[in-house]
Amino acid sequence: MLDRELKRRIVNRLVLVISCLTAVFGIFMLGWILADVIVRGVAAINWGFFTELPTPPGMEGGGLGNCIAGTLLMTVTAALIAIPLGLMAGIYLAEFGRDCFFAVTVRLLADIMVSAPSIVVGVFVYLIMVKTTGHFSGYAGAVSLAILMLPVVIRTTEEMLSLVSREMREAALALGSSYPGMMFSVILKAARSGLVTGVMLAVARVAGETAPLLFTALNSPYWMNGMNEPMANLTVTLFNYAMSPYDDWHALAWGAALMITVSVLVVTVVTRMVLGTARKRI
Amino acid sequence: MTEKTVIRGGRGGAALADILFRWLSFALAATIVCLFAAFIVILIIEAWPAISAFGLKFPFSSEWNPVSERFGALVPVVGTLLSTTVAMLIALPISFGIAFFLAEISPHWLRGPVGTAIELLAAIPSIVYGMWGLFVIAPLLSGYVEPWIIAHLGYIPIFSGPPMGIGILTAGMVLALMVIPFIAALTRDVFMMTPRNLKEAAYGLGATRFEVVRDVMIPYGKKGIVGAVFLGLGRALGETMAVTFVIGNAHNLSWSLLAPGNSIASMLANEFTEADGVLYTASLIELGLILFVITFIVLGSAQLWLRSGPGGKRR
Repeated sequence: MLDRELKRRIVNRLVLVISCLTAVFGIFMLGWILADVIVRGVAAINWGFFTELPTPPGMEGGGLGNCIAGTLLMTVTAALIAIPLGLMAGIYLAEFGRDCFFAVTVRLLADIMVSAPSIVVGVFVYLIMVKTTGHFSGYAGAVSLAILMLPVVIRTTEEMLSLVSREMREAALALGSSYPGMMFSVILKAARSGLVTGVMLAVARVAGETAPLLFTALNSPYWMNGMNEPMANLTVTLFNYAMSPYDDWHALAWGAALMITVSVLVVTVVTRMVLGTARKRI
Repeated sequence: MTEKTVIRGGRGGAALADILFRWLSFALAATIVCLFAAFIVILIIEAWPAISAFGLKFPFSSEWNPVSERFGALVPVVGTLLSTTVAMLIALPISFGIAFFLAEISPHWLRGPVGTAIELLAAIPSIVYGMWGLFVIAPLLSGYVEPWIIAHLGYIPIFSGPPMGIGILTAGMVLALMVIPFIAALTRDVFMMTPRNLKEAAYGLGATRFEVVRDVMIPYGKKGIVGAVFLGLGRALGETMAVTFVIGNAHNLSWSLLAPGNSIASMLANEFTEADGVLYTASLIELGLILFVITFIVLGSAQLWLRSGPGGKRR
């Protein structure tokens, strides 16, 4: 009897210790990756990193100014495509199509698309936009990023709208507001902070994406002349540079990795904090 | 709330605006369905030359020869499945351990910080994982870990061969690192939903914490946990950049996990823009189609499973 008791306690202790170790492992890996990225990345960051064009291997200096500009522009364009679409689709799910078959299908597809392989999105956009026009372009890159953002925007919009109380809708309608008037001037305002964070999370998700850009925006060593041509971007440059045999390109790649990681993590942390308070407040 | 539940006045203009608004939102919600249909249709059309040339042999042939234009998907499919299996074998116990820690062991003040750390790990872009794996993990493996494995376990076929540092095993390890935070966060949420009174009843009967997890929390959240595992699996199957850096990109079918190989996603990333010839491109697109269908089945069944019947916890 006592023996069994002892065995139970030992097993319990053992599992507790293992479980604590796994948590320590998680934190350790985060620290390890961040430390490597920061230590190696900071060495590459200077003024020229933000303002200059890449140089051929072996030449002094050089930066990724064009890539930073390209990534920013494509991400913003993607957001401009995905936000209106996603917002309206989210409104449909939260307001009109609660449990009808169509809404259930849209929800299911959105949830699947969130984790769909981004490289296949790249292939798809290549086929519809690059193959048909005959050239790679920043627009194609922005469209593939928008496709990846869309499901995130749809689902967070729906969640945030369903947190706004029913009484608020009824009050607005009772005061004579039309349905779209009620939506845009009352409900979306009430859910504003939640919606903004949803969009930011979607932006953070695509800002570090590489696979969908490989066949759409491609890359470019020059400053952009508009979006209708191959477009420099941080992630594909990082990929090419890291796979190259040159040490100075590796250094630039670590700099790019630092920039991407820091911006994505900062956006994620800030939005999680705001999202936490938004969920509580509404 | 449907619009039927709301009583409203009969002003014609407002009613028209309501209807337009309703249809506009419906049309935009339909874009995701159209997008999805377009995905399948266009991939099939563009892959058709390969589908008609190789037929059902395609997934089972290991040939990949751009010169003689003979293509088969066996090597990348096996590479994808093997690296994902390695990843899940490593990731599952660790994710469950972390979820258990966050839900039941951790003191309250530690839950927030550790939870945030896990979520940050999930937010790091996959290309950074890949690059870090190539420059930090691969040298460690080829210098220390793999020689040891070969010396002690080399008689097992899956651990034979030279210590390259890059290969299926490395890809699996980096993939594991990527899915651990994802599965851990989902499983933690499932554990947290166990009703308090159930747990306290078990504790009141003298159960240890491990027994509460094993006999109360896991049975209660079984459905959510299985769903979380499949969602993680779906992610791992389609992951591109983290794998491309470290899998070795060799068209090579080997029993050894230490040998370099290829996954569907990494093959697309490396060869798609360089492919010339209709059949070569179409074969790569068919690979993409296969990947899309596999992940669709895994993710779709996970979502349906999570929604079905009692205990469907996610909306």
